[in-house]
Amino acid sequence: MAELNRRNFLKGALVVGAGTLAAPVEAGPKNVLSPDRMGVLVDTTVCIGCRRCEWACKTAHDLPTPPVETYEDSSVFAKMRRPDVDALTVVNRYDNPKEPGVPSSVKVQCMHCDHPACVSVCIVGAFSKEESGSVLWDTDKCIGCRYCMVACPFQVPAFEYRKAFQPKIMKCDFCFKRRGAGGLPACVETCPEEALTYGRREDLVRVARDRVKRAPQRYVDHVFGEYEVGGTSWMYLAGRDFYELKFPKLGKNPAPGISESIQHGIFAYFVPPVALYGLLGVLMWISKNHQEGGDE
Amino acid sequence: MSMDHYMRPQQIRRPFLTPGVVVLILLAVNGLAFLAARLFFGIGAVANLSNQYPWGIWIGIDVAGGVALAAGGFTTAALGHVMHREEYHAVVRPALLTAMLGYTFVAIGVMIDIGRWYYIWHPLVFWNGSSALFEVGICVTIYLNVLYIEFLPVVTERFIGRVDLPGVLARLNGVLDTLLRALDRGLSQTMFIFIIAGVVLSTLHQSSLGTLMVIAGPKMHPLWQTPILPLLFLLSAIAVGFPMVIFESILASRSLGLKLEMNILSKLGAMTAPLLGIYLAFKIGDMFVRETFVYLTVLNAASVMFMVEVLLGVVIPLRMFLSREVLRSPPLLFTAASLTVFGVLINRVNNFVVAYTPPYSFGAYRPSLGEISVTVGFVCLLVLLYRACVMIFPVISLPDKALSPRSRYTVRG
Repeated sequence: MAELNRRNFLKGALVVGAGTLAAPVEAGPKNVLSPDRMGVLVDTTVCIGCRRCEWACKTAHDLPTPPVETYEDSSVFAKMRRPDVDALTVVNRYDNPKEPGVPSSVKVQCMHCDHPACVSVCIVGAFSKEESGSVLWDTDKCIGCRYCMVACPFQVPAFEYRKAFQPKIMKCDFCFKRRGAGGLPACVETCPEEALTYGRREDLVRVARDRVKRAPQRYVDHVFGEYEVGGTSWMYLAGRDFYELKFPKLGKNPAPGISESIQHGIFAYFVPPVALYGLLGVLMWISKNHQEGGDE
Repeated sequence: MSMDHYMRPQQIRRPFLTPGVVVLILLAVNGLAFLAARLFFGIGAVANLSNQYPWGIWIGIDVAGGVALAAGGFTTAALGHVMHREEYHAVVRPALLTAMLGYTFVAIGVMIDIGRWYYIWHPLVFWNGSSALFEVGICVTIYLNVLYIEFLPVVTERFIGRVDLPGVLARLNGVLDTLLRALDRGLSQTMFIFIIAGVVLSTLHQSSLGTLMVIAGPKMHPLWQTPILPLLFLLSAIAVGFPMVIFESILASRSLGLKLEMNILSKLGAMTAPLLGIYLAFKIGDMFVRETFVYLTVLNAASVMFMVEVLLGVVIPLRMFLSREVLRSPPLLFTAASLTVFGVLINRVNNFVVAYTPPYSFGAYRPSLGEISVTVGFVCLLVLLYRACVMIFPVISLPDKALSPRSRYTVRG
């Protein structure tokens, strides 16, 4: 398997570890951090900003899609855009002061965290991390409270504010169904420059590290997403500081860490609340007897 | 303890409508109009919320502020019932009514803010134990029911021996009276279970409301982002309980033309001082441990709001509650209580709205006219319902010389 990957990479293939594409259906509890979980490596030094991925994404998700020719219009790059209810992925372009004429293009979408904040906070558990790497949202459970949007460290989920009935949380689902049927994510499949590499996350980390090692002058020595907030399924390579490309500054700890420990501390097997209840009961009984004995 | 008169909760008999009440009704109707627009055309049609700022004043004021300011319900229940301090019973019922109405509007506030209000029941079926919001939701739901149960004896007291149905239904009067008496007996034997549960549930969700924003991590301004947020939320809720009781007692007395119970209110004010002091100690201590005071050296919305919150909302009222002169003077006591209420309300708005600085922002969040109208409308509705309730039910205690202290329906829960 590892050999195959290396060869695939050497060919510059866009799929790494194709053998694991059709994962067998498993029984038992989900192993969401299985070594076979998939990811995508985005090489921003390769991306030319053609925005075909935006078009393919909309087509694949049945969103209103303008004709493909309109995507050649580069005026959209004047303003930074964010994923929204009608665009689950967008490409932004940032000029490079050191190399005018060679801007960096950065595709943005859900990062599919290994320890997703949205999964942790969702009041009804409408989010789930799947073994294939996808972080999914379940329309049947969601109440539309938007806590996921408050919690997401990448500020990705979007909400259909204009809908009075069944407004949805919209975000990239890492083409969960397409991949389940053996296909590639729509954006990866369509990318003409092979800026997107799909494969096992483990392998992608190796591929990324290898690229940086082979061309240290081309890349900064940082694979964004390898460690950020505990690791993400989508990872990035860049030729310049990630923060110049408007990536958020994040630590290595998973986003849910602190709040989940507080939460589990307060509720450790319901001992603290029950103990408080008992304590108050005793206090009430003592002060009642005290009062009645003392006053009359 | 002054024993020259006995206090007994009574219905307030006054005309409901006054010029002030008409203004409240107009503001409430205005809020309901915007609420209707939200229901028919979606949140986006009324609110300035966006993908960058998903939560606004409906969460910051209506929900977080509402829960905090309804804390008088559990702090007075702890004082009057758990600590069994009879002399405070006169304020327990008004505080209970405020909490009951307050939490009712918190629930309504949540309902209109969530995109799918008709799925409000989902958390009861789909659980997520790692979510602080789930815990808040469940605790608030149970507590709301506990508050209604705690209020039931007021309802039975009002109608026992006075059931008078019109027409054919009059035949049921006897049966209904018997049922009410049975309910009353059952309640008085089991009420301690609900009272303690109310206190426990309150400490749980008051603190968990603070946990909510911890996961927002770097999206939250460091002046407010701290792992002890749940503790700060709990301490501030405990500290604002009595000031809220003082605030509404003085307002209600003024509005309903009643004599002020300064005796009780001064003592509540005196007890507030140490509670506010503990809160302030943790707030300032946290600031020094995390060395966030550096953010106060720059002048911006965050530093100004923080200073307003701490100086105007905590330090000044704390100093005031420590003064005997303030405790004896209704206008000064009212000022100190109002400042505390203001301070905690601003704290909740700061935590949920001002402190929230998303990495990608296209212009700051400003509440829309619709959001403000709905929030103001809910506050007005709450005040109107409070007024109606104290006129329908025996909530507010008045001196009653004709009554012996051990009468069957003297002050109770």
